[in-house]
Amino acid sequence: MSRRRVAVLKGGRSLEREVSLRSAANVEAALRRLGHEVLSIDADQHLVRMLRAERPDVVFVAMHGRGGEDGTVQEILEILRIPYTGSGVIASERAMDKVVAKADFAAAGVPTPPGYAFSQAAFRELGAAEALPDIEESLGLPVVVKPARQGSALGITVAHEPAEVPAALMAALAYDDRVLLERFVRGRELAVAVLGTGDDAWALPVVEAVPQGREFYDFEARYTPGLTTLRAPADLPDDVAQEAARLALTCYRTLGCRGFGRVDMLLDGDGRLWVLELNTIPGMTDTSLLPKAAEAAGLEWDEIVSRILDQAALGV
Amino acid sequence: MSLVPDPVTASDRILTAIESRPAQIAPRDAARYDARFASRASSIVSSAMRDLMSLAERPEIISLAGGFPDTDSFPPEIFADVMGAVERDFVATALQYGPTEGLVELRERIADIMASEGAHARVEDIMVTSGGQQAIDLSIRTFVNPGDVVLAEGPTYPGAVPSLTTYEADVVHVPMDDDGLRVDLLEETLDRLAAEGRRVKLLYTIPNFHNPAGVTMSLERRERLVALAHERELIVVEDNPYGQIRFEGEPLPTLYQLDDGDGWVIYCSTFSKILAPGIRVGWVVAPAPVLRKMNLGKQGADLCSSTLTQRFILEYLRRYDWRDHVARLNGIYRSRRDAMLDALDREFPGEATWTRPRGGLFVWATLPSYIDTTDLFARAVTREVAFVPGEAAFRDGRGRHSMRLNFSYVEEGTIAEGVRRLGDVIGDLIEDYRALNPGPA
Repeated sequence: MSRRRVAVLKGGRSLEREVSLRSAANVEAALRRLGHEVLSIDADQHLVRMLRAERPDVVFVAMHGRGGEDGTVQEILEILRIPYTGSGVIASERAMDKVVAKADFAAAGVPTPPGYAFSQAAFRELGAAEALPDIEESLGLPVVVKPARQGSALGITVAHEPAEVPAALMAALAYDDRVLLERFVRGRELAVAVLGTGDDAWALPVVEAVPQGREFYDFEARYTPGLTTLRAPADLPDDVAQEAARLALTCYRTLGCRGFGRVDMLLDGDGRLWVLELNTIPGMTDTSLLPKAAEAAGLEWDEIVSRILDQAALGV
Repeated sequence: MSLVPDPVTASDRILTAIESRPAQIAPRDAARYDARFASRASSIVSSAMRDLMSLAERPEIISLAGGFPDTDSFPPEIFADVMGAVERDFVATALQYGPTEGLVELRERIADIMASEGAHARVEDIMVTSGGQQAIDLSIRTFVNPGDVVLAEGPTYPGAVPSLTTYEADVVHVPMDDDGLRVDLLEETLDRLAAEGRRVKLLYTIPNFHNPAGVTMSLERRERLVALAHERELIVVEDNPYGQIRFEGEPLPTLYQLDDGDGWVIYCSTFSKILAPGIRVGWVVAPAPVLRKMNLGKQGADLCSSTLTQRFILEYLRRYDWRDHVARLNGIYRSRRDAMLDALDREFPGEATWTRPRGGLFVWATLPSYIDTTDLFARAVTREVAFVPGEAAFRDGRGRHSMRLNFSYVEEGTIAEGVRRLGDVIGDLIEDYRALNPGPA
């Protein structure tokens, strides 16, 4: 394969900055082993100028969360006409907003936990708080309260009592001005990584995250070695594993994702799968699920990075 | 703990085409170490908050988060003069290993500096350390077995947490108020722990201008604490990095001084605040049997502190009066403290409270109980201002409504702007709270 000049975009202003720096370190190491020339760029206000000056052949976007995973950086790369890894602008935007993604998934027949979304303005200007008892009645307790656009489970709280819901909303609103209240599904945390694009997309083996002594797979559990056991492939009946892969691919294609992604879901006590969200730039740290899934598939990490790079393209 | 922003990496935006040997291991191979880590290393968790804090390093962010002294005010001509003297007279010794306990001339000068605070230490009880941080680390390392209780103020110095975690201390916090550590509650805590059969090894305390709390222990409490230490045979590690950073009022006697040579107080201090943190020189004062163990610990850690910077300090102290520099720093910090308190009065809501430090580098603010300062941090960085969320100063999940604000590192106008932005963000959260908790119709 030819040696390319690859700019790895990382860091930025997102709250997942540090996670991104760790993902990027793994990506950069793999790119170097693959023989590419690596430009490591911490995204800031000089990004456009820097990309113009450095003229990379291709950009590997290793950013998570706002700015890097929500279509913003992708739009800039479209304008500059530099091919980039991962999903395009529209798919990134849709996946980043859990509310939009849920609606798309539901329309495609993918089960997702029932929920309601509110903007900050709904509470401030329209008295939406008065409707909370109705929501609690409709969804049942506990409910999960999430910021609509935030990764790595930041700002997510499980409220067990009606009295806990306002504080959970406060926490979620600190991360985004739109929040999602969702029925809490107790179950096993599964993730399916997807590689490829469109009809050629394929699912890697299901990975199960078993957080130790925590109610859900929160930020701390995600990025602290030892707090979570990852099982890859997950110990599942064949039909469940196949259904998980099918759902993941449906979600991935529905949003029009490209290159790679990861679909998070829960398996409840009745053996039903519920899709929670799709990450267009899943974590690539030492404790992340994607490298683990690759390992279960018998793929070397460098091979994964190489495939993602090969799929780099332009086009929203 | 990376609570302190690193201005070097912050400006290091691009590393162009580093053609280094691809030495980094693939993520799958990282797992090979997991089973091999020592338990003291596995318990060092990379906390979510520490990850968020890395955002405070961004150059565009007004950081009230760090604990940086002002080094701009150190006169370059004095630096050059001192370095010139080292160059003329001490090249060989400054480049050589030194004694583990530090250069004896420097230990003599440290005794003088302590005497200026009324604490009289014997030179042979003083050991030079690599920053005050090492003095804290060696104290804990020397006494604490895994599971031993270490008492600390709540909040406590966030920078002590990695050492406490490394040596697997069971940290029990004792509350404070405007007069510092609540010694009455310390007594109750000791009773409770004794009843539970838990072994208390030491109390770690910062009596002067506490980091992060900003308060100072009253004389009455100091006397009572030392008496209690004697009654209960409790080792007290007194950390005094800020005692000289006083803007008003009279200095109070150190615990070390009140202990009067009885050997229950181990004293830690540093040149970081009175001179500069980059020289990494601090010291510990302890009775001979303890110091022998600490000396062994230090041999294992780094053999000796930098002889170059020890020599730098000695030459500086020989040529200049350190009190002049401290007076200059205190003038700078006093007006920055005033700027911060004025801004807090103006910008923070009525329900918030904060300490009014008479020295040191920090204000500790506590917000209404419905505001979580880690969540607040997430919103604050979008407005380009950062602080240390209070939970960093506790080992037990408390502190979630409090925050540490530093006033030593940025100038008055920037402090005012940073606090104004924080006030806006807090106001925003209060508005959310009101919208989410409407009164009865």
